[in-house]
Amino acid sequence: MKLLKTLLGSGSFAFGMGLFLLTLLSALLGPLLLHVDVSTRVGLAYLAPSSSHWLGTDHLGLDMVSLLISGLRSSLYVGFLAGTVATTVGTSIGLYGGYKGGLIDDVLTLSTNLFLVIPSLIVLILLSASIENGRSLTLIALIIGCTTWTWSARAVRAQAVSLRNRDHVALARINGYGTFGIVLFHIMPYLLSYIFMVFILQMATGILCEASLSMLGLGPYDSVSLGKILNEAKTNEALTDGAWWAFAPALVLITTIVFSLYVINTSLEGVFNPRLRK
Amino acid sequence: MLSNHPTLEHIFRRAGWYFVTFLVAITINFFLPRLGDANPVDTILAKVSAGLDSASAKAKEEAYLKEFNLVELDATGNVKRDARGKPVRTSLGRQFINYLGMSVRLDLGSSILQHPKRVSEIIKTALPWTLALQLPTIVFGWLLGNLLGALAAYKRGVFDRVLYPLALLASAIPAFCFGMLLVYVLGIRLEWFPAVGGYDDGLTPEVSWAFFQSASYYYVLPFLSVFLIVVGGQAIGMRSMCIYELGSDYVKYAKLLGIKERQILFYMFRNAMLPQLTGLALALGTMTSGALITEMIFSYPGLGMAVLTAIQGSDYPLITGCTLLVTICVLIANFSVDVLIGFLDPRIRAAQLGK
Repeated sequence: MKLLKTLLGSGSFAFGMGLFLLTLLSALLGPLLLHVDVSTRVGLAYLAPSSSHWLGTDHLGLDMVSLLISGLRSSLYVGFLAGTVATTVGTSIGLYGGYKGGLIDDVLTLSTNLFLVIPSLIVLILLSASIENGRSLTLIALIIGCTTWTWSARAVRAQAVSLRNRDHVALARINGYGTFGIVLFHIMPYLLSYIFMVFILQMATGILCEASLSMLGLGPYDSVSLGKILNEAKTNEALTDGAWWAFAPALVLITTIVFSLYVINTSLEGVFNPRLRK
Repeated sequence: MLSNHPTLEHIFRRAGWYFVTFLVAITINFFLPRLGDANPVDTILAKVSAGLDSASAKAKEEAYLKEFNLVELDATGNVKRDARGKPVRTSLGRQFINYLGMSVRLDLGSSILQHPKRVSEIIKTALPWTLALQLPTIVFGWLLGNLLGALAAYKRGVFDRVLYPLALLASAIPAFCFGMLLVYVLGIRLEWFPAVGGYDDGLTPEVSWAFFQSASYYYVLPFLSVFLIVVGGQAIGMRSMCIYELGSDYVKYAKLLGIKERQILFYMFRNAMLPQLTGLALALGTMTSGALITEMIFSYPGLGMAVLTAIQGSDYPLITGCTLLVTICVLIANFSVDVLIGFLDPRIRAAQLGK
């Protein structure tokens, strides 16, 4: 409770969280409040915003508001799923290697560093290009999660190493706890705030990766995503036609989500690390 | 002998490590595209024989099969065929070994879309554009960002309050979003700068004043779109690094001694710089991928554009060629930063000597 009070007391956390909740709420409530339909043509291509279609239509004559809401939903879904996978994989590897040390740690660190250097977008491009049929949103999110975990493994490992020789861990070992018990109950609780921050950043990474893939034309076949809206707008000359409503709202949405996540992350850093406070 | 040269030992050690990474990258490059249902081998065959009469289709098919060593050859070098006339496939292992050999010789095969053209030929024309766009942008952006970050941490107050949210926003805007915005506002609406392409249509790439002029005019927007983001990201990292250093004992001690502010600032900058240097190495990977998308938005004639056209046409030799090259570039950049750290960081020397 006290933590929550401190958190809300920091203006930037409240701002970031508010912004993020706003996007989350519009993604969740949008379909309930508005009529969302992404398959019916409601008019000509690139109709300008009007009272019946607040943000006009896209190159096929689909309603932009509907597209944006479902795009937002997909992007957030990818963020959550990819963020969860990446954080779980990264944290497990980092915690286990950091606590165990020795050969296992060496092997884990070596492989983490290997994949840290090889750009994850390259791996993503190769993988996505090979899956031509059945590249669903969920699959893309899973693939992103499995390729972006590296830096969080490294960061969590560094933290786990510093906890390895604490007295309470030694005590737990004497009491006969196994490796998993110690890692789970005696090391991880100390790092929860840190892991939460990692999750926030991994979510932002996931959303950005999906958008980048979609921009390259490797987006999901089964859903609209914000990146796909941008890709369609770019390939169908929305920029040169001056149809700003076909891409600007999607740009604003992606930037808002990522920006709010970054703000949350840095404000958490300020709360958890007193040195950064003034 | 090496033990007397700790820096040299560090460099050799890193070189070995990067070589292993390179091998892994090559392996990934070979196996990942073959994981999915759209097997590149089948795609290549389908592509090659599409829209050609049977005789020339067969000739082209055989050329590809031989080039990538996808089939068994008989003693005379002809493609072995089974009873139904289908070519006999080589095992995946043999394909891989052949691929390794080709990669080491930097022979990336030939493109499918632009058929007789070699992939290495296409990459050779695209690479200078990518390097010209990315290297100066990342290096200058990194320098300016670090300078601003250090200043913000040291001065705090209004300067920090204005710079910090701006930097946060700049680093949060995805490169492609910012790029699209620049194309639309500065390129198409205001018509200040050319929106897409790398040079005027009438020109051909050559060393001439006219071409240079045109190219630098087209350079402005893609440069800006990457530069500001790099500056923002680096400023944030340096700021928190410097705040940490400011609270450390040596800064307090220096202040007590009454050492000049500029001198303290210099000490602090030097100490905070090292982690930033490692950060640069790590960020290079993400930056390169970000810049690939930027190139695509500006239709800049670099690797990003090559990757995009390759993906759109399922041109597997070109895709894997480009991804391999980008990986190699990132590895080289990382290695250079590592070497630099070996020279700059006294702790590495000390640690190696201490052993």
